[in-house]
Amino acid sequence: MYDTNLVLGGKEFSSRLIVGTGKYASMDVMREAHEASGTEIITVAVRRVSLPSGESILDYVDTKRYTLLPNTAGCYTADEAVRTCYLAREAGLGEMVKLEVIGDQRTLFPDVMGLLEATRTLAREGFTVMPYTNDDPIMAKKLQDAGAACVMPLGAPIGSGLGIRNPYNIKIILESVTVPVIVDAGVGTASDAAIAMELGCDGVLMNTAIAGAQDAVSMARAMKLAVEAGRLAYKSGRIGKKLYATASSPIEGLPDWTS
Amino acid sequence: MSVKISVNGKPMEVEPGLTVEGLLTLLDVKREYTAVAVNREITPKATYAAVTLNEGDKVEIVRPMGGGAR
Repeated sequence: MYDTNLVLGGKEFSSRLIVGTGKYASMDVMREAHEASGTEIITVAVRRVSLPSGESILDYVDTKRYTLLPNTAGCYTADEAVRTCYLAREAGLGEMVKLEVIGDQRTLFPDVMGLLEATRTLAREGFTVMPYTNDDPIMAKKLQDAGAACVMPLGAPIGSGLGIRNPYNIKIILESVTVPVIVDAGVGTASDAAIAMELGCDGVLMNTAIAGAQDAVSMARAMKLAVEAGRLAYKSGRIGKKLYATASSPIEGLPDWTS
Repeated sequence: MSVKISVNGKPMEVEPGLTVEGLLTLLDVKREYTAVAVNREITPKATYAAVTLNEGDKVEIVRPMGGGAR
């Protein structure tokens, strides 16, 4: 079946799975998992260089093959997030950013007020802004209006693995905005990713579900298949749900077994 | 006489007149995918050799790390 590519900041991506670089058992496992996921976009945090500076995560990410997506994880204000994006751009990590403005350490839920402000500032400065937000359709629309290149509602809290807790809100978000909708956070296993895609989402972003799995490389492949399967099912137009059975075989032409 | 600065939150004493370029060389920091901010302002790569560090300057040197999108 013909499918369009995911377009972000004027760039086209055939993979709809975005993955992270945290929490892997080793750098080699991470590299293999990236490979198995079929991803084209990899998100990285921006942190202080440890001194003396040792090996870099980018020794294990082929920057010619993957598009880097610096994120502002750990930023609690719009100002910190914006400065982090400027640093990322200056570091040569590009202008596509996963914007996080975290509201609270325990839940890691977004501070949507700060998020909106940072989105507006960064979009004006020419960044391709991908904001991590709540599963709130009103906020999604506001982010789009502020210049976001896509909206990335959470399925459940970051790292929780609880799956898509409010598919109906995700559905309303899909109807509320024209920019791509990428579920960011909450995915625990393959079916969660498939559900997001079956709802009509344009992509899924995950880290812990892969990195934290007992076999991260196999889980990465499972996620690749799930995202593809969910997308294909969505494009194929599923059947309606009915309470009672509908026979698949014709009723006419049954032999007569009555005596 | 030395100049007291902080680098990534750690105090450091350096020679007067040391530039950002000199500091990165001193610390043997890889330049690729690295960015520097002095007192919250980003120092463009092209100006590393021109920016001199002064007493009390707070230098941040960052680069990509594993993480985010947990």
